[in-house]
Amino acid sequence: MRDRLFIIIAGAVVGLLAVVLVLQGNPVNMGFCIACFIRDISGALGLHRAGVVQYIRPEIIGLIIGAFATALFVKEFKPTGGSSPVLRFALGMFMMAGALIFLGCPLRLVLRLAGGDWNALIALPGYVVGVWLGTIFLKNGYTLGRSQEQSNVNGYAGPFIAVILLILLVAAPAFIFFSEEGPGAMGAPLVLALGAGLLVGVLAQRTRLCTMGAIRDIILFKDFHLFYGFAAIFVVALIGNLLTGYFNPGFEGQPVAHISTLWNFLGMTVVGLAAVLAGGCPMRQLILTGEGQGDALLTVFGMMAGAAFMHNFGLAGSPAGVSPAGQWIVLISLIVLGIIGLGNSKLLSGNK
Amino acid sequence: MPETVDCRGLSCPEPVIQARQALQQASGGTVTVVVSNTVARDNVSRAAKSMGWQVAVEEDGDDFKLSISK
Repeated sequence: MRDRLFIIIAGAVVGLLAVVLVLQGNPVNMGFCIACFIRDISGALGLHRAGVVQYIRPEIIGLIIGAFATALFVKEFKPTGGSSPVLRFALGMFMMAGALIFLGCPLRLVLRLAGGDWNALIALPGYVVGVWLGTIFLKNGYTLGRSQEQSNVNGYAGPFIAVILLILLVAAPAFIFFSEEGPGAMGAPLVLALGAGLLVGVLAQRTRLCTMGAIRDIILFKDFHLFYGFAAIFVVALIGNLLTGYFNPGFEGQPVAHISTLWNFLGMTVVGLAAVLAGGCPMRQLILTGEGQGDALLTVFGMMAGAAFMHNFGLAGSPAGVSPAGQWIVLISLIVLGIIGLGNSKLLSGNK
Repeated sequence: MPETVDCRGLSCPEPVIQARQALQQASGGTVTVVVSNTVARDNVSRAAKSMGWQVAVEEDGDDFKLSISK
């Protein structure tokens, strides 16, 4: 009962901070969007040159460091790694690909829904279908194999990178790209964004809040524990948006969104499936990175590379919709994810 | 016959799925599940309790040994 209250509080804080961050300058319905923010960091580092989405987002830094500090404090910091690193990198790439087709990670899906963006209403069942497909593999013995304990240096790598990013953000040297217009130029003040990230990092580490686990555990075990957190994000963000005038129901003209029904649906199917196979949604991967899991850090690197791939080759969705090449990427993603799922489960005879 | 499920190095939900399968097959007696992280410890414990089993947790070096009995 205490656990349930705690995860509801954590979800409520995420929803509240998301509204506050938008009021303080973040793009609308993007108080938190882990995929978007990692994509922005990719751009800031010059990995892609989409000029409107380049910014070192303090929220990401805060999430990793918040989780790291908490894990150290409660003695849950445990450097591990070595469980299918190549596949984890690939799963990160696909997770980002799907998110950039829909234009949002699962967390932003909830926030878009709370802002009255009905395209998210199309994407939500797509996401559930993706997670459900993933659970079929899980029920049939899907695993990426055991991780091994590693040296502390491995575990400190993620938090160290977060600190480097913070230094680059504050120092703002000329080789770092910062958008001058578009979503990348919109951001809450550094201290607020960093503080919000830190607080959510602490809460998410303690509660294991995960937007994929919320759906997965219901399908697998009829366990609603994580879903309470997921629902709390929605309810509080909805109330916040209603109170602040950011609830604008409709399909068209939604901020950083498009109205291609099929691709909104399938984009999130890709994210849901990839997240199950990778063992966590984009936010959860950041938290696990803070706890010292090298496998999660590799997934984050995969997301950064995926963002670069999607933007450099013009595959990402935009308010104009999804390009034909982007549509192909969705189909290719589903096929490759299917192969990863099949190849690591007992669905095909011959797998060990 | 005491059964041991080795879930070290696996992350959730895999330990929960394996533990549940073992508990369903055993239907009684004692099943030992070894996990290597606190998330798995908590999730397996919760799943076992919800299935009507009792759980005793013992730290074993960096791992956790869960003795689940009914």
